Formats: sequence, C-alpha cells, structure tokens
Amino acid sequence: MISAPDRHPHDVLVIGAGGAGLRAAIEAAALGASVGLVCKSLLGKAHTVMAEGGVAAALGHVDDRDSWQTHFRDTMVGGKMLNNVRMAQLHALEAPARVRELEAWGAVFDRTRDGRILQRPFGGHSHPRLAHVGDRTGLEMIRTLQDRAVAMGIAVYMEHTITHLTTNPGGVTGAFGYRRLDGDPVVFPAKAILLATGGIGKAYEVTSNSWEYSADGQALALRAGAELIDMEFVQFHPTGMVWPPGVRGLLVTEAVRGEGGILRNSDGERFMWKYLPEDRRHEYAATDEEARTWVEASSDSRQTDARRPPELSTRDNVSRAIYTEVREGRGSAHGGVFLDISYLPADHVRRKLPSMYEQFKELAGVDITAGPMEVGPTTHYAMGGIRVDAETGSTTVPGLFAAGEVAGGMHGANRLGGNSLSDLLVFGQRAGAGAAARAASIADDPYMNPVQIRAAEQELEAPLVRTGGTDPYRLREQLQATMQSLVGIFRTASDLKDAIARIGDIRHLAADLCVPGGRAFNPGWNLVFELRNLVDISDAIARSALVREESRGAHSRIDFPATEKAWVDRNVVVRRDGETLVVGTSPIPPMPRDLRKLAEAGGGA
Amino acid sequence: MANLLMRIFRGSPKEPGTFAEFEVPVEEGMVVLDALHWIQAHAAPDLAVRWNCKAAKCGSCSAEVNGRPSLTCKTRLSDFDPDEPMTVEPMRAFPLVRDLVTDVSWNYEINRSIPPFQPPPDTPVEDWRWQQEDIERVQEYRKCIECFLCQDVCHVLRNHEVERPFMGPRFLVRAAGLEMHPIDTADRTGYLKDDGGIGFCNITKCCTEVCPEHIKITDNAIIPLKERVADRYYDPIQMFWRKIRGAGDSS
Repeated sequence: MISAPDRHPHDVLVIGAGGAGLRAAIEAAALGASVGLVCKSLLGKAHTVMAEGGVAAALGHVDDRDSWQTHFRDTMVGGKMLNNVRMAQLHALEAPARVRELEAWGAVFDRTRDGRILQRPFGGHSHPRLAHVGDRTGLEMIRTLQDRAVAMGIAVYMEHTITHLTTNPGGVTGAFGYRRLDGDPVVFPAKAILLATGGIGKAYEVTSNSWEYSADGQALALRAGAELIDMEFVQFHPTGMVWPPGVRGLLVTEAVRGEGGILRNSDGERFMWKYLPEDRRHEYAATDEEARTWVEASSDSRQTDARRPPELSTRDNVSRAIYTEVREGRGSAHGGVFLDISYLPADHVRRKLPSMYEQFKELAGVDITAGPMEVGPTTHYAMGGIRVDAETGSTTVPGLFAAGEVAGGMHGANRLGGNSLSDLLVFGQRAGAGAAARAASIADDPYMNPVQIRAAEQELEAPLVRTGGTDPYRLREQLQATMQSLVGIFRTASDLKDAIARIGDIRHLAADLCVPGGRAFNPGWNLVFELRNLVDISDAIARSALVREESRGAHSRIDFPATEKAWVDRNVVVRRDGETLVVGTSPIPPMPRDLRKLAEAGGGA
Repeated sequence: MANLLMRIFRGSPKEPGTFAEFEVPVEEGMVVLDALHWIQAHAAPDLAVRWNCKAAKCGSCSAEVNGRPSLTCKTRLSDFDPDEPMTVEPMRAFPLVRDLVTDVSWNYEINRSIPPFQPPPDTPVEDWRWQQEDIERVQEYRKCIECFLCQDVCHVLRNHEVERPFMGPRFLVRAAGLEMHPIDTADRTGYLKDDGGIGFCNITKCCTEVCPEHIKITDNAIIPLKERVADRYYDPIQMFWRKIRGAGDSS
C-alpha cells in the first residue's frame, strides 16, 4: 500500500475480453491506437465461449430470399419495436461482413453442400441465418478473435478487476483496479475507455451466466455519470438445465429447437401450439406434419415452403409458456418440461449438437439421442444497458464507450437468439473505432486525480481490516433470492416495491462487508466488489420494472398485462445522483419512414 | 445423503502447503467444483479456485482429483468411492499461485510464439469454398478449450525432462489446426522442429487420455506434424532433391 500502484497508460483501455472487447481492441489497434485489454479471467475464457447456436447474419447461403431488410424486420419484431432503430439497421447491414472477416482471420464454420458458410434456423428468424460450428460457435469466435489480437501484439492484462473509473469534468481519465493473483492495485490512465464487460446474470439464483457476470460495466458507468436504458428487460432463456441441482440454469442451446427439438409437458402435449401470439401465428406451421416437413428440409439444408415449428417462437414467449405449464401442474419431476430431439437419427443429433450430447451425458446421465431433456427458464441476457450512440458506441460521458451486452438499445424488449454474437462483432468494431478516434483527438496525457486513486485504494483495503461485518456469500444469496422471487418472469407492483425495499436493506449491509484472508487470489474478497455492482444494478432493474406499467417482450407485468401503444416510444432511463438512483423515461425519436415500413411489413417470408 | 471427506491442498509459494480436510454434504449429481463452491461458501471463503462456465466449455477449473488431471466441473462425485477421502490438488506442471490456482501464463507465451494464421493475400473471402469433410479434422483441433490438462499430464513438461523448449500437446494441436487449415499459407515446420521441440514428444498418449474434448491429440495432431517435420528434415530422398536443386529448406 505504501508504494505507488503499477501504471499502464494506453490510448484506449478496453475492459472485458469477450467477443465485443476483443473485436473493439482489434479495431482500435488497427487504427493505430495503443490498446490495453483488461479481463477478469484468463484470455479466452469470457462468456462468449459459452455461446452455442451461432451468429446471425443475412448471408443467404441456405435460403437466398434472406436479406438485411428481413433480418432488420425480424430483430424489430422480436424486440417489440423498442429497439434503437439505427442500431438494428447497422447490425443487419454489417453482420455479414463481420462474419466473413472472421473467416479471413482463421475461423472454420460448418459448410453448405456447395462449400459456403452453413446457416441454421433459430427462434424468430424468418430464414436459416445462424453461421455456426456445431454447437460451439462462441468458442470458435473467441479463439479466432483472441489469436488475431495476440498476433497484433495487443497488451492483455489477464485476471485484473477494475473497481473504479476516474473522471474529470472533461470525461474519463483512467481506470483503477487490482490484479487478482496478488491483489495489488493497478492504474490504467487512458484517453478513452471502452466497457465490454457483459451482463448481469449473477443477480439471479438460476442463471446460465458465470461468476464474471456481475454487472461491473453497468455499475462503473452509472458511477461515472452515464445513463442506463431498458434495464427492466432481462431475458430468461426458455431452456436451461433443471437437474441435477449443481447444473441448474446451465444453458441448453436454442439450436436444439432450431434442429427440430419438440417441447412437451408431463401429459405429452406439444404445448407451444397454445402459446403462439395470434398476430404471428401465420408465420408458424399449422400442424405437426408441416413442422416435420420443415425439420426434414432444414436437416438437409434445403429451402422449403413449410413454415417453422412453434418451438421457434421468440424466447420471451417460450419462457412464459414453460413457466405457465409448470405453474399449472404439467411440469416434469424436477420442475421443468421435456425437450425432445431423440426422434431424429442419433448420428445426426451427435453431429449437429455435440456439446449438448456431452453435457447431458456427462452432467445428468441422460442420452439425448435416446430420450428427452428436462429444461426450464434460466436468466440469460440483459437487453438493457448503457445508453450508447449507434454509430460510435459513445456513452453520455465523454471518452467512455460501451459495446456488446453491457450496452443497451440494440435488442429492445427481447433479443433474438444469434443476434448477440453478431451484436458483439458489429458494435465491437464500431465502438473500437469510436474510442480510437476519441483518443486521437486528445493531445495531452490523461491526468488521473490522486485523490480518486487514494479513495479507491482505501476501499480495497476496508473489507480485509474490518471486524464483525457481513459475509459476502450470504449477502449475495439474499440478493439472488430476492431477484429470483420478486423480479422474475412475471412481475407485479407489490413484488417490485418489496424487492426495492429489500435491496435497500442489502445495500446497507453491503457497505459493511468483512472477509478473512489476504489479497492474493481471494474469492471472498473479490466478491465484495462484485456484490456492490450487483446491488446497484438489481436496484436499477427493479425500479425500471416498476416504472414500465405494461407488458412488452421479456417484461411481463401481471398487473398490466397488455402491450400499450403509449409505451412503444419511451425508454426507461436510470442515472445516479450521489448515492441514489434516479429513474425516469425519455422519448424515442420517431422511426424514419422507410425503416418503419420495413419493420412493420407483415407476414413471414 | 452422506457426507464426503475432502482433502484440499492449501498453500502458496510463501507458506508451506498442507491438506485441509472438509466434510461436504453430497447432493445427487454433484461435481467436484460444486463441492469446492460449498467449501468456499461455508468453511473457507478465501479458498482459491479458478473457474468460469461450469459447463466444460471454458477449461478454467483444471485440477488433479485423486492424482488425475481433471476438469472439476465435469468430474462427478458419484464416480468415486464415498467411503474414501477425495484429494484435490493444483496442476503440478505449473507454478503455484495459491491453493488450487496455478500460474499458467507460460502457455500464453508459447501460444504467442506460434507463427499466426496466414491466408492467401489475393483471394476475396466470398470466393472460399471448402467441403465439410475437408475441414472436419481442423474442426477437431479447434474444439480445444485450453484447459491445459494435456500440458499438465505431459511428462516432458511435468518432469521438466528437457532443457530446450517443448511447446506441449496443446500447442501442437493449435499448430496442427493452422498447418492443416484449408487456406493457410505459412510454413511452421522449422518452428515446430526448433522452437517447438516436437521431437521431444515420444507419443505415450497421456495427453489424449486426459483431453475432456476427446481430441485424438497424439494420433491426429502430433503424429501428422512429426511426419511433416520428418519429411522435410530427415527424408533422404528429399534431402538429395534439395541438394541437387540447391533450394535449402524452402523446397
């Protein structure tokens, strides 16, 4: 504590080394910026590695009727028209180039019969659109980007946690954190900082997310003065594992349904027929036979006029359906429903879904080629996040940028599967360029205020020297139980008010945490700083959910079940004023006419 | 259900290592990593464990369970005798950081030294056509999740048998993925022979046995690379051909 912390100055500091952070770092470095890339884990272990199904891009390799316009429309329909329309447009336009670029950097996607990148169908997408590698697409993507970043000589700071951003009236000046291996403080003076820290899943008990997803970027941005939008929209993925207890919440890829997986309840009923929204029913098969015809064509990568099976409805809808089936007593023994792909040839299933086959065999003792899986909803993704400019990823704080899951707007009220990996690439690239341009425009070296650094250092030390405080593991359990039971798939005003009160109590206790041991790789001590972020963001989610008095996409209010026209052009916005969160709404500018026409175009293709 | 007695290595370079004993309540389907998390939450909040996805997809949680290099997230307690204590130790091939965490940065240094992917400069991406059967082998190499269990079990690395560098099975797999990529144009045989030390592998296949992704490391990656190096440097006909053409290594 006596000696000054290590200093690593850079033009652009990227925090988070998943798909968005890596893509951003590559872009900024290619534009000549000195780039530092900080990650909480080892390089290549970020959450992108767990993405399974594929990356959405209208390449039109399997169905040449696909186009950016259709991808844009599907994204807007899936997001219930709340998406930042410019982001949705840029995303649909640029995703194909970003995917092809990965191939030029060494990625090896599965192939069509004529040797091009193969694409698979997914929920809410009108055509087979997801470029993939079996069901380990995220691994392919992160490894490709990682290799590229390493070959470019980008400085990587592995196993570092950032706890503070320093600012002056002109914007951000740097970041402060610690090295996990020895706990020593580190400072990163930077002309531009890009947050790519992912999501918030650890606020909930049942989640597909790893320990890293503790809302760090959202909380850092709030504290630096940035705005968050759409925080009420938390995606509960319909299919997580429900058994055994240790893997509860672990993701079962949507590719299982993309490849033809059928959902049934304990009565053997294919229940999704009952839950298709009336205004979209025409996009889905009318009978088991039509769905089967579609699956056969799709297994064969053939174009077909048959419409897609009802299981490929959007995620918000399938999650509500499963939750309702279980609540009404038609669930499986372990509180889920059944997902069955075993009617297809075993070889085909193993080839298309190798890691699902392994996952169920190794962790649950279930052979998915012989019988159904048990699945239920799991907290998966934050649609909301830091408010950014579509073109450059800049936030409302000068010099602070954000890309990927930590940023809000792109996915509106509900994200389509496969649109996350493409989001990382498209907006990683754009924010990387934005941050590099900002850094190039600043002549002076950034000055990090020593008072801010000193305060940050003292905060690191406090939980180690305090006696008689609260245990962070217990407190996290309390927070997760609160969010799971009161801010879940179905919400009411009284539950949300209750949650806000409980989070307030947890916030008091979180200021007084105490942990044994030292600084070197001490997970209890590390948790203190993550918990603080989770408390802030849980509060933001619950308060945003209370403000939005309607149901839209992933946000379902039992007390306001209708989707209201009055809410389609408003974002719920959260910012911080001292120690309190201020929640309000801000209007969304009207959609340009040509895009509105596209977004509202009827019918499937 | 019954309790399991676990003996967990605890220590750091600064303090002598000991085995701490914990009685862990066992639930159905529980894996070793669940037990370690239970210990963190109930008995030793500062127990150092590296992990991420808990789904055998990221390769972070490698350790030695009863002496066998394993991913703790996919090693089920029910596969062991509940009456015998279970021992969990850090990977031995790498320097200790604390408890079950080791310093694996050496692997990242080796990785950085491998000549990177090099596509042909003149082909636009839109024109690349590869058949699925032509890329299946490369996709096998690219399944690697970098758990470094193969590096841990490899006796050349584990016992530090050689003074000269040996890149280890993980990076031979990576090199194979680059060498056999359908459009890569770089030549890594010289690198593999000299910097990579491929000759030190004496194909005992221990790496293949511990691979959680079931990559046939020795048969499908290392042996084909050894053949490439042998063809280049030790094939008498090729050596003769090079001599008369005077083309040196680049024939």
